[in-house]
Amino acid sequence: MNLNQLTAHELIDHLKSKKTTPSDIYTAVVKEIERLDPKVKAYLRLTKNKPAFDSNSRLDFPVPISIKDNICIKGEEITCASHILEGFHPSYNAAVIEKIQKCGGILVGQTNMDEFAFGSSTENSHFGPTRNPWNLECVPGGSSGGSAAAVAAHEAIWALGSDTGGSIRQPASFCGIVGLKPTYGRVSRYGLIAFASSLDQIGPLTKDVTDNSLLLNIIAGHDERDSTSADVSVPDYTKSLINDVKGLKIGIPKEYFIEGMDPQVKNAVGEAIEVLEKKGAIFKEVSLPHTEYAVATYYILATAEASSNLARFDGVRYGIRCQPKNSRKGSIVDLYEETRSVGFGKEAKRRIMLGTYALSSGYYEAYYVRAQKVRTLIKNDFDSVFKEFDAIVTPTSPTTAFRIGEKAEDPLAMYLSDIYTISANLAGIPAISLPCGFSKNGLPIGLQILAKPFAEEMLFRIAYSYEQSTPWHTKRVSINA
Amino acid sequence: MPEFETVIGLEVHLQLSTETKIFCGCANLFGREPNTLTCPVCLGLPGSLPVLNKKALMYAIKAALALNCQINSYIKFDRKNYYYPDLPKGYQISQHDLPVAHDGWVMIPASGSFKKINIKRAHLEEDAGKLIHDTFLNCSLVDYNRTGTPLMEIVSEPDLRSPQEAYDYLTTLKLILQYLDVSDCDMEKGSLRCDANISIREKGDLRLGTKTELKNMNSFRAVKAALEFEEIRHQKLLSSGQKIIQETRLWNDEKAMTISMRSKEDAHDYRYFPEPDLVPFTIDEAALQEIKRSVPELPREKFERFLKEYKLAEYDAQILIQNQELAGFFEQCAAFSVETKKVCNWLIGPIQQELNSRGAKINSLQIQPQELCDLIKKIEDGVLSNLVAKDVLKIKLDTGKTIDAIIRERGLTQICDDGTLENLIEEILNENTQVVEQIKQGKESAMGFLVGQAMKKTQGKANPKKIKELITRRFHNA
Repeated sequence: MNLNQLTAHELIDHLKSKKTTPSDIYTAVVKEIERLDPKVKAYLRLTKNKPAFDSNSRLDFPVPISIKDNICIKGEEITCASHILEGFHPSYNAAVIEKIQKCGGILVGQTNMDEFAFGSSTENSHFGPTRNPWNLECVPGGSSGGSAAAVAAHEAIWALGSDTGGSIRQPASFCGIVGLKPTYGRVSRYGLIAFASSLDQIGPLTKDVTDNSLLLNIIAGHDERDSTSADVSVPDYTKSLINDVKGLKIGIPKEYFIEGMDPQVKNAVGEAIEVLEKKGAIFKEVSLPHTEYAVATYYILATAEASSNLARFDGVRYGIRCQPKNSRKGSIVDLYEETRSVGFGKEAKRRIMLGTYALSSGYYEAYYVRAQKVRTLIKNDFDSVFKEFDAIVTPTSPTTAFRIGEKAEDPLAMYLSDIYTISANLAGIPAISLPCGFSKNGLPIGLQILAKPFAEEMLFRIAYSYEQSTPWHTKRVSINA
Repeated sequence: MPEFETVIGLEVHLQLSTETKIFCGCANLFGREPNTLTCPVCLGLPGSLPVLNKKALMYAIKAALALNCQINSYIKFDRKNYYYPDLPKGYQISQHDLPVAHDGWVMIPASGSFKKINIKRAHLEEDAGKLIHDTFLNCSLVDYNRTGTPLMEIVSEPDLRSPQEAYDYLTTLKLILQYLDVSDCDMEKGSLRCDANISIREKGDLRLGTKTELKNMNSFRAVKAALEFEEIRHQKLLSSGQKIIQETRLWNDEKAMTISMRSKEDAHDYRYFPEPDLVPFTIDEAALQEIKRSVPELPREKFERFLKEYKLAEYDAQILIQNQELAGFFEQCAAFSVETKKVCNWLIGPIQQELNSRGAKINSLQIQPQELCDLIKKIEDGVLSNLVAKDVLKIKLDTGKTIDAIIRERGLTQICDDGTLENLIEEILNENTQVVEQIKQGKESAMGFLVGQAMKKTQGKANPKKIKELITRRFHNA
């Protein structure tokens, strides 16, 4: 097997036994990107500052990593896959980048995404869609579709994404890899270009559960620069890789098994539950009664915050600047309008409009305030289930990867593909997606596990136990260049 | 013409003088090279996040306590969304429904008594940058140094009934805030700014009239002038049966008039919502008590105490308390058991003049309370004349030498010796025979001229009382 096809923990073992070098691994990854990315289009660009391999360095993880293009790397262009930011080079590193560099991580490149993370398919990128490595006619999911596709295609060892409503888990599910959205506050958001500040979390996309726990070890922790980051100690997550679920109580929310769900997804999740049951987990149906309001609640709160977060892209300080022809001389309003009209894509404009509307005087109470109340109810639903249960399992997405263009003109259908992932963001709880089978067409299916705040260890334990009993994570995609 | 009543409410913006900005670690300083006091956070660069400077919150609470406000135990920040090039995030972090404080009051002087002006609320927010319009380059430039300076907005109830009351409210407020040492309250630097709302109504009507909001006043005097202009404008409009339009108007200091800026229809919808990047804050009782203890004696209390404790005249006390340091210096002097009235006169007279001409503060002058008392004592003892004492003070402040050294070096001791003075008078009488004649013919007032000549000849060192005595004796014995 080529180096780039290994997991990070396998590579660490190789490095320890001197079977390979950091430089060899990096070269293998870059070669694969050169070979495959013209087809997959997972990357927006490789980092400009190439790594210097110091043979004396004794760093923990000299393993290449790929970064979603909404996480700031000092001196490297960042666009959030939007035209409006083109040419912008951040003057500082995101907190997670600092942490990665501190333990020797090598930044390979920046991955494609839906513009400003607005989407579930990576079709909303200004620079064109990324393709699903399992079927190049299909979407990789989104918005962290570039990161997920890169990992699945072995164009990356592992990657970081961000998850506001499922943007790590849904593409992980579509691409047959493991994706974690940590508890809100577990990972610093400093340097993550915000979509919806109260929902965003950075998380790992990896080839298996072990790698996921390793990468969370690296990026988790309190950061004084992020007021919403939690001052909660970080355990060694690899210690929770225990192949034992005996006696664990796991809930199956009845509201999640609904019409519109692909029967193949339903079967795969059902089989996964059986696997865990055989290993001693106790399953019981539970109720999350406010589930049906989650999508509506999410699209009010997330767009409201986004409309404000995106206000700073106005052409005054960075990114592109456009002045319309025949504009009144020096009119700042003209400059704003033209820059934003030219700079933002369709979905970004749609969300800015939705969010602005939800916050407008006369509508604020009916939309934003009401949505905040429902958010609390949704959180309460989870709190009461977790009083009795250790975890909840659901499908990650109601379907497998859909075809490029299939839902592009139907935003509502697109929004519904996040129906199982959104609630975790609203409740602030951690959730993981891991492969649990394939459709007849050979597309991956994802299993989602949710737990109470800061119970990532529980997620890793259940996910690891499941992984140990199933072959899905060992399936490798093969693409002919 | 019906009798009108004017209704005014003021919004005061106060820059807090914390070392660093409200949401980042940049220095909070005025007058530096443009855009040198900035970082990703105050520039609102993508991905940056605000972190509250707790000092700013403490300062705001301290000020709110001094204004007799209720402090909210649970506060949060909100985003106020609007576009302007000096606002790098496209929203200002401010406070909407859970401000730092609410329901306070201050007493302002009103015709020999006091009037209570209620304060509706006080909240914290970040200042914006500064736009500089370059007429030479024909463009606008932005300086983001000011971005993120902690601002406290103090909103009064519409309790003010005249432009003069508005002026008095501002001076009262400013003095209180200066006592707290939370802001330099300098309108010229923009560390204290004021917007005004004014409406008028027929006397006896309890409903509020249509208001206009006034901006761009750069001094208290301008606030008063703008309100006076607007008061008359409203009265004229209503008297002639026209309507007031609710709008924002800018004061033009040169033209001494207000000019319409935007009407209510153009007013912003700020789309306030809770700032998700900051968590709400709780203010616990212990912290509140600690801040309470840091609030010093305030001007009005000090005034009352000075009247009682030092038996000062109201006028004198009023002047002393205008300057907290001067008042403190006064109290230190009073401890040296000199006549407090004399100390007060020296402080609000010669010392105040020196402070003004030197642009200095009392605590940086080269004189200690004990030394001022010594100087006063030397006048009482007849060692120095009042006039010479003032010169000694000047030299003292210039050189920092001791008073005795100055007197010795310059030979400034008062001349009281009868023999020396007799000789001096002899000389003067001989030099001014015409005047002497006039006095002899009964124009006694001309004696003052002779005393003046004696003082001149001795460079003020002669004891004027003694000179006058000796001259009078001469003529009356003659």
